[in-house]
Amino acid sequence: MSQGADWNVPSRRMGAPPEPARRESASLADILERVLDKGIVIAGDIQINLLDIELLTIKIRLLIASVDRAKEMGIDWWEHDPTLSSGARDVLDENERLRRRVGELESGRDAEREPERERGGEDGS
Amino acid sequence: MVGSVPLADFGEEPLRAHLEDLPWLERAARAHHRVIGRAAGYGQVIPLRFATIYHDDGRVRTMLQERRDDLTATLARVAGRTEWGVKAYVDPRAFLPDPGEEGPSGGDTPGTAYLLRRRAQRDDKETAHLRATERAEEIHTALTALAAATAAHPPQDARLAAYEGWMVLNNSYLVPDDRTEEFTASVTGLGERYPDVDLELSGPWPPYSFTAPPEREEAP
Repeated sequence: MSQGADWNVPSRRMGAPPEPARRESASLADILERVLDKGIVIAGDIQINLLDIELLTIKIRLLIASVDRAKEMGIDWWEHDPTLSSGARDVLDENERLRRRVGELESGRDAEREPERERGGEDGS
Repeated sequence: MVGSVPLADFGEEPLRAHLEDLPWLERAARAHHRVIGRAAGYGQVIPLRFATIYHDDGRVRTMLQERRDDLTATLARVAGRTEWGVKAYVDPRAFLPDPGEEGPSGGDTPGTAYLLRRRAQRDDKETAHLRATERAEEIHTALTALAAATAAHPPQDARLAAYEGWMVLNNSYLVPDDRTEEFTASVTGLGERYPDVDLELSGPWPPYSFTAPPEREEAP
């Protein structure tokens, strides 16, 4: 294949408003949805559950988690409606945060209270 | 293709922190993508996900041995084919029901009237979304006919991808190389046939969306 040179350089948008002035060769969103594992676990010896972390505060997590969940409920359309989206995102976000906090409290793993024991259990990596 | 990375950046904890740092993630993801893109210029690649990390060369060899059959099958599947991305954007207003199709009826009090109006707006929006989604389905069906495989991505976050309106289609198509022109012409043709939809073609991509490892095998 002789495509190496123009590998995903052109991104054509028909009839669209002009792109932002300095456009990278491929959009970050396009790259991330391809190079990141689809939200579950990064493969290999090091495993990170992307859904566990506040990935990019909200951006990617919304991209890979909430949209999927919302779509299952058939309500994805508000995702991109500027008049509606921010409130709905905040609710989803808050929801997620609260659920995690409740989980932490219920499992009694309060890192602040017993930092020594937490650390003592690991083999010092 | 392997490269060594410092544990200080790619150990579990630092990596977890870095992933929340958009500028860091952008640099790293683009670097990952660049390496794969360059490698793809030399031959068929199976791109691994970003931050696929093994502790040493031995672990990499073990992985390659364990996944030998899977990787061989994947190579055969993507050989002579290329991934293309197609996104469809719509302006929701273009898909709203015609005004007067069914106007909101009076309401006894201002409050009721307001709520009725709000509901009518919501219903209109659902109708618009349904219509736009149907249009996206038509486009997807037409493109699928030219592809060996397809993969759906969720609509992108509007703030990350910076677009307006709705992204009603965000799919990858694995297209045989001898159909590349037919495929790109088809995207152009569909864009012309449906002026209320903006189609965006991206690619060629290394076959990112078609080389995922099989669903996690039960660890022995």
